[in-house]
Amino acid sequence: MAESENIVAETAEKIFADLADAQTINRDKEGKWKGPLWKALTEAGLPLAWVPEDCGGSGASLAEGFGVLSAAGRHAVAVPLAETMLAGWLLAQAKISSPDGEMTVAPASPRDRITVNADGSLTGKARGVPFAKAAKHIAVLASGNGGLQIALVDAAKCRIEAGIGLGGDQSDTVTFDKVQPVATKPAGKGFDQTQLMLMGGVARSLQIAGALESMLEISVRYSNERVAFEKKISKFQAVQHNLARLAGESAAALAAATSAADAIANATAFNDEVFLEAAAAKIRCSEAAEKGGGIAHQVHGAIGFTIEHILHRYSLRALAWRDDFGSESYWAVELGKLVANRGADELWPLVASR
Amino acid sequence: MTAALRFDPIRLPPECEQLRKEVRAFLAEEIAAGTFDPHKPNREDTDVPEFSRKVGAKGWLGMTWPKKYGGHERSFLERYVVTEEMRVANAPTRRFFVADRQSGPVLLKYAPENIKMDILPRICRGEVCFAIGMSEPNSGSDLFAAKTRATPTDGGYLINGTKIWTSSAHIADYMIAIFRTSPPTKENRRHGLTQFLVKMKQPGIQVNPIGQITGQFEFNEVVFTDFFVPADHVLGEVDGAWKQATSELAYERSGPERFLETYYVLTELVRAVGKNPDTRSAEGIGRLVAQLHTMRRMSVSVAGMLQAGKEPVVEASIVKDIGTVWEQALPHRVRDLAAFVEETATNRETLEDQLSFAIKTAPKLTIQGGTTEVLRGIIARGLGLR
Repeated sequence: MAESENIVAETAEKIFADLADAQTINRDKEGKWKGPLWKALTEAGLPLAWVPEDCGGSGASLAEGFGVLSAAGRHAVAVPLAETMLAGWLLAQAKISSPDGEMTVAPASPRDRITVNADGSLTGKARGVPFAKAAKHIAVLASGNGGLQIALVDAAKCRIEAGIGLGGDQSDTVTFDKVQPVATKPAGKGFDQTQLMLMGGVARSLQIAGALESMLEISVRYSNERVAFEKKISKFQAVQHNLARLAGESAAALAAATSAADAIANATAFNDEVFLEAAAAKIRCSEAAEKGGGIAHQVHGAIGFTIEHILHRYSLRALAWRDDFGSESYWAVELGKLVANRGADELWPLVASR
Repeated sequence: MTAALRFDPIRLPPECEQLRKEVRAFLAEEIAAGTFDPHKPNREDTDVPEFSRKVGAKGWLGMTWPKKYGGHERSFLERYVVTEEMRVANAPTRRFFVADRQSGPVLLKYAPENIKMDILPRICRGEVCFAIGMSEPNSGSDLFAAKTRATPTDGGYLINGTKIWTSSAHIADYMIAIFRTSPPTKENRRHGLTQFLVKMKQPGIQVNPIGQITGQFEFNEVVFTDFFVPADHVLGEVDGAWKQATSELAYERSGPERFLETYYVLTELVRAVGKNPDTRSAEGIGRLVAQLHTMRRMSVSVAGMLQAGKEPVVEASIVKDIGTVWEQALPHRVRDLAAFVEETATNRETLEDQLSFAIKTAPKLTIQGGTTEVLRGIIARGLGLR
């Protein structure tokens, strides 16, 4: 679905423009903007966009929800919107109704495992869980004797060690020490942790791509304003070529992320082709976060390195998002294994399958 | 910023998949028959007239052109599939590639009817080879500094001057070239060049092959001495080539040939590492495949937007910029990983041969058809910086 046809994403975009202006947020050291923003998002049904109406959500399509995440990335939104959407989506896989309020998902790393004990309680540790401290509930994917289970957990029952990620947002360690969930149901047939990680990875890819769009926009604007050596720095070929490269990184991230989102939104099965799309998006967007963000900073010079300037809101979050749901190096290894296992002559058919 | 970049997630329509099967089957037959060896991109002779005619007979040349000119009125996405399958198979496309991609569309737009009726059906049959006469000894990226003169004479023009780096000129039947018909004006330094159709292999044209660092002879110097071109061979507006030169560039810049030129070394590396790669190889391959996939999705997206009647000029330039930079780096990254391939890998020699050729090919990729610097200038203009 083209973004212009996505009324859900347009609603999100408008809310962000009204209540999450980067400059305003950056000046507000106490975070007073968060309450009104979350309220507006909730009233618009966005945090539970991916939850069917009979599970307490607003029943938007995957494509519509992905559009919301792109918009959230463009505004470098620092409330648990993506996390609550992912949690609602995960719970819906097991037809567990979503409660109100902020949520997050665990595990948020492909290497962490949560287990279901015989008494139904959960044990395990999940690192780098985004916004766990802010969440009222956590949607958990855990393995037990009966196979994979999806559980809704009261966050207050978990031990949460607060951490701060690269972007300044909460990135916490959640310990489940025989925590009894509010609800537990078997995950749908064929669902596994890889799918959760890739869904999270595509969400982060869209956010990174969105942040890069904004970094390109503010860098171009700044280069057309800033004067050095008696002319606008945008007139220097070296600066122009750096910005052209930033446009390339932004374009690659956008193309990879929207393609993966489209692949997931239209997938009938979670096959190698969908894996390629999602893993490649996380890899390419993460690489773009490094290269593109670096150029945005270079163009801005010292002013972009100050806490007062908004650039860091995008650049550092884009870097931080690389780490969630599997880093680019993790997915590169997994993708490389898949490709090698399929064999040399099956590489092109895989790439050309869509 | 002028406008946000767009890369719609275009999917190839179902008719493309049937076509892809047909193309793969055809290529497999040709490989089996010994027409070409897909593992040898460095073969001496990339001009195979018989192959060209067979591709024409299949209906895969002039695919998007009107039927009255021998075309097939199919979509750009269908053409895309044929192009990418040929490229990945290292098929010998030299004879028809330029005519099909670039020269035919120029003729369609600017040539008089009799010339269209004469030449386009022959392109579609794979019978004619085209060259493009742009660069000169003192004008490369600075296209509009071209000096080769076209002087009006009875019934046409006399051409004097030299074109250079002209790929396939030694085998070409025709060239589409720009010649100077007037001096540039103060207001517009791009003024004064005219696009012409030139029939090659005639007196007054001397083609001198130029050796390349790969050992191949693909490009040439082409010297015109009082060479006569009839007036009806002017393509478009006299003195106005600059208005025509840019419109087709989106097609030219964003195709699969802009990131697949060295693809074969990646396939061969995957073959060499086997089913159970170590972590380093797996990560390296994974990153390369992620790039490849992204490039292709971008390229397909531009093709789809073109098919839908949009003009993604900046997006197309971005595809060529990052696509060529990537395909240039690819053999070097594969070389990094090839250092760890087991001695026992059965295709070790093939991989080494291919790497040697690809590494020698690499420098041209960011120069031919518009340098990286020119492309970044176009992108910068699109961003509102110039």
